[in-house]
Amino acid sequence: MGKNFTENKRSIEDLELTAVEIRKSIITMLEAAGSGHSAGPLGLSDILTALYFDIMKHDPKNPDWDGRDYFFLSNGHCVPVQYATMAEAGYFDKKELKTLRKFKSRLQGHPEREQLPGLENTSGPLGSGLSQACGVALSLQMQKKSHQWVYCMMGDGELNEGNIWEAAMFANKYRLHNLIAFVDRNNIQIDGTTEHVMPLEDLRAKWEAFGWHVIDIDGNDIEAVIDAAAMARAIVEKPIVIIAHTIPGKGVDFMEFDYHWHGMPVGLKDVAGAPPKNEQAKVALKELRTLAGKIKNEHEN
Amino acid sequence: MKQLHLIPHKEWKSEPIRKGFGQGLVQAGEQNENIVALCADLTESTQIEPFATAFPERFIEVGIAEQNLVTVASGMAKMGYVPFTASYAAFSPGRNWEQIKTTVALNNQPVKIVGAHAGLFTGPDGATHQMLEDVALMRAMPNMVVIVPGDSEEARKATLAIAEDPRPAYLRLARDGSPVMTTEKTPFEIGKAYVYSHGSDVTIISNGTTTSVAVDAAERLFKDGIDAEVIHCPTVKPLDGATILSSVKKTKKVIVIEEAQVAGGLGGAVAEFLSEHHPVPVIRMGVKDRYGQSGTPEELFKEYGLTAEHLMMQVHDLLDK
Repeated sequence: MGKNFTENKRSIEDLELTAVEIRKSIITMLEAAGSGHSAGPLGLSDILTALYFDIMKHDPKNPDWDGRDYFFLSNGHCVPVQYATMAEAGYFDKKELKTLRKFKSRLQGHPEREQLPGLENTSGPLGSGLSQACGVALSLQMQKKSHQWVYCMMGDGELNEGNIWEAAMFANKYRLHNLIAFVDRNNIQIDGTTEHVMPLEDLRAKWEAFGWHVIDIDGNDIEAVIDAAAMARAIVEKPIVIIAHTIPGKGVDFMEFDYHWHGMPVGLKDVAGAPPKNEQAKVALKELRTLAGKIKNEHEN
Repeated sequence: MKQLHLIPHKEWKSEPIRKGFGQGLVQAGEQNENIVALCADLTESTQIEPFATAFPERFIEVGIAEQNLVTVASGMAKMGYVPFTASYAAFSPGRNWEQIKTTVALNNQPVKIVGAHAGLFTGPDGATHQMLEDVALMRAMPNMVVIVPGDSEEARKATLAIAEDPRPAYLRLARDGSPVMTTEKTPFEIGKAYVYSHGSDVTIISNGTTTSVAVDAAERLFKDGIDAEVIHCPTVKPLDGATILSSVKKTKKVIVIEEAQVAGGLGGAVAEFLSEHHPVPVIRMGVKDRYGQSGTPEELFKEYGLTAEHLMMQVHDLLDK
């Protein structure tokens, strides 16, 4: 039997501080790993905080609790934010975060379900998370489990994959209203901006044409994420996609909006507009710790 | 000659191997309410239809979307269902191999991938639809069981067996009619090869549509005074090394015949195994680095050297050396 971790709600201010802790973990673990993706995980920290600390029913002490909601990370390269969030929620000790991408670590470079309890799927190759989430949502409907939801995070660049649109048609056909998808609309992918690599707009119109209910939000506003999820759960005719506009690298000034940080950790190389590589982690952590200079002294150490 | 639980040759009747799958799936569905079936717009030809008719609430039509086919199945397997996905082998696993690897095999979910219309038996449809590389593709995938049944009755048993088995599995089916040699009593277990015909001069290893070819050839060779042992090897992975080894130690001569690319297929599996455990030359008959083409299965078996006559010639060549 599981005990719902998010039963006692935290204040938005508390959640914002939790998101800062998660961002600090991301910087620290990526620096220790020496490789991995920075921008996406930082940009997603607010949504993952909202999901794991407010929106989803789940039990970190009993990850297989059959009354839980399900979270699928389709863009598996952003898994540092999921690991950091799970550790923050108590799925495992935060010390383990430094094993990210290391030999024999449970924190594989891309998530593997069988390695770490609490991961719902194995992902990395893009485009297949939404389909798996569809399979779970359909199963819940077949099993008459009407109080559980399936959340799926996709990257915006990931929408280049045809598999996503196969799933989008499927979710419409089976009216998977218990499926709430997020698109991390941060406008970057490895080769540049999404509109340069392969234009996605009009993205809202695309999802609507596929039969989905679309909600646009500021994905770095935790309250907006929580409100959007509440609205999504109230919709019973259609699958729901929340287009979450996020700032890649959010929280670290020299990373924000810069696609160079998409697939790179701090400390790897010198980048124009960023501190020297040996200083990057320190500067980033200081900025996070002080909430971009808003908090002084006692947090600086 | 001594044969195992086989219908006498003159009583063989022709039936598509895929038909046994259709029957087996309905039986599996009756035994286990967690069996579900997913299809990509090929319900009748893949023989999912009897299940879809019997259990409409457990049938999911995904349309022409093979990537979605197996990934939705992965999600359903997570929720306690045992999903059977069906399409043509050319498309599944032909098109969606990566999704099978990541979301089914590496993810270790008990999804059953059914590849219908595999091999040259697809006939007039031509090279695009004659999947010859699937055995190699699926055999290379850790966690995946690979089964190529020899007739319709064995396809029925194999379907029931993989429905019970907790592993992901690939079941390879052929389109046109082929002889039904086995009965309800003929044994079938995942991971077992069976000596269909006992002999001591040469070991012939086969599966799928080539097993009836091998049995036919062995019967005719017997009349020529050659005692060929036929091992039917429906499970390509995990391979039944012990059965193969005990035969090869006796005969010291091996021919593998299959309706697939010899690179990486059953012949590849047998050659790899024997090279490590009992090195002897392994002759591999099958499609040799070519694509298929339109024609009847008979015409194509002649063109690609897979008839009983070809096999008999190969045995004579080998024994004359």
